[in-house]
Amino acid sequence: MDSVKNLRFDVAVVGAGPAGIAAALAAADSGRTIGLIDDNPAAGGQIWRDAQNSARPPASSIWLDRLNKIGVQIVRGARVFHAAKGELAAESDDSAIQISYGKLILATGARELFLPFPGWTLPNVMGAGGLQALVKSGLDISGKRIVIAGTGPLLFAVAAYTRKCGAKVIGICEQTTRRKMARFGLKMMLVPGKAAEAVRFAYDLRGIPHWTGCWPVAAFGNRRVETVRISRHGQTSELECDYLACGFHLIPNVELPRMCGCRLRENFVQVDEYQQSSVPGIFCAGEPTGIGGLELALVAGEIAGYAATNWEDRAKHLFAKRARLQKVVRILKDAFPLRPELKNLARPDTLVCRCEDVPHERLCEHSSWRAAKLHARCGMGPCQGRVCGPAAEFLFGWQIDSVRPPLFPVRCSSLAAIPAHFAPRN
Amino acid sequence: MSESVSVCVNGKPVTVRAGSTVAVAVLASGATCRASVTGQPRSPLCGMGTCFECRVTINGEPQRRSCQVLCQANMEIEANG
Repeated sequence: MDSVKNLRFDVAVVGAGPAGIAAALAAADSGRTIGLIDDNPAAGGQIWRDAQNSARPPASSIWLDRLNKIGVQIVRGARVFHAAKGELAAESDDSAIQISYGKLILATGARELFLPFPGWTLPNVMGAGGLQALVKSGLDISGKRIVIAGTGPLLFAVAAYTRKCGAKVIGICEQTTRRKMARFGLKMMLVPGKAAEAVRFAYDLRGIPHWTGCWPVAAFGNRRVETVRISRHGQTSELECDYLACGFHLIPNVELPRMCGCRLRENFVQVDEYQQSSVPGIFCAGEPTGIGGLELALVAGEIAGYAATNWEDRAKHLFAKRARLQKVVRILKDAFPLRPELKNLARPDTLVCRCEDVPHERLCEHSSWRAAKLHARCGMGPCQGRVCGPAAEFLFGWQIDSVRPPLFPVRCSSLAAIPAHFAPRN
Repeated sequence: MSESVSVCVNGKPVTVRAGSTVAVAVLASGATCRASVTGQPRSPLCGMGTCFECRVTINGEPQRRSCQVLCQANMEIEANG
């Protein structure tokens, strides 16, 4: 039988990416007890996943070093799967964890949007951020040929990072138009700090082809990807590769905020100027409130941390900085809308749900996400629709609105450990 | 040269950089992580614990997300892709 741990914090922060770290540090200034809960083996989130790596960005060292010096209790490898008023239930490899809190800050981050196309389930077809995460986790890609496809600035970051790690980046396939891309570049120049970042990327990516109006239509290979067919300006061509890294921008992880009762607006958690959600005492920062990048996540996290410890004055000082960075959210949204052609990539037999192997044709028979779940088992596997749900939303226009405990598959012993007042919500 | 760690993937020894995840060891071994419900080979998609495509058996415990578990010396990993 697993052990059960009970933890109590004045402020609990869920998610140890930049927003969560900044929130925990700001909240710690008050001298209250702060817990930072994360499901990964180490703090840093996805962007600072390679904390042990000497090649990590210097900004991450500053934040992570501060975190190690200040009295924040970090609960690593803990997956939060249920929430009741003032309490969370989580599980780690060897125990069930009950966490009670005074204030809660949700910094649950984002994941990539994956779109189905023939061959997307082949091994070595990965997310763009997914491949980067694996390289940060130790994957050796030196000499490997990589095609990067999808949309958004993450593709640049992944190309620069994988090249630095010795890979041969064959090309970047960006689905948005050349005009939107150019306008994006100009607008980002006006955001503080972004011009320098652009210059750095331009240098890091020199010589790598960047094709706009270009997307993958199929991947081929025997047991792993060997070739990708791309479409560019109405013409198709084939590229040989060892990895195909595909990411169609980011979608917020709003499952836990929803379970906590936080109101959403256009799929993002609605917050006030102090980053407080519609539920008093529950704050939210980072990507769940809008996809806006690292600097915005840090400042919004700090605001949440100060506000959660009743330090409104300090929070207010950061409003102007946040407002300047919030422009990025709009700029990203305008620059990378997904083109309708991407809805037609899946063939009738292309799998949409990878957990239950449900093909596109089985979904066409249904008119809602709920019907597709009940009749075709789409979204009923262990990822609980985290991959196919957003894809189905894009392909069929379905509203993905169900969230219920447990948020992740958990051990029976962890379920048995949670008290009765965590009853399933209706 | 950073420290390394050795594990067993499907009975075959694999050495990776210390701090690597089990998913990395599986990929380095040339194996694929799991067989899907219709028998297709699968390997990591998201790399961050969301997609569950990287599930393997670690030291006899099935259904572990290999991208979220760090390699420890002499771990026995079964990847059935």
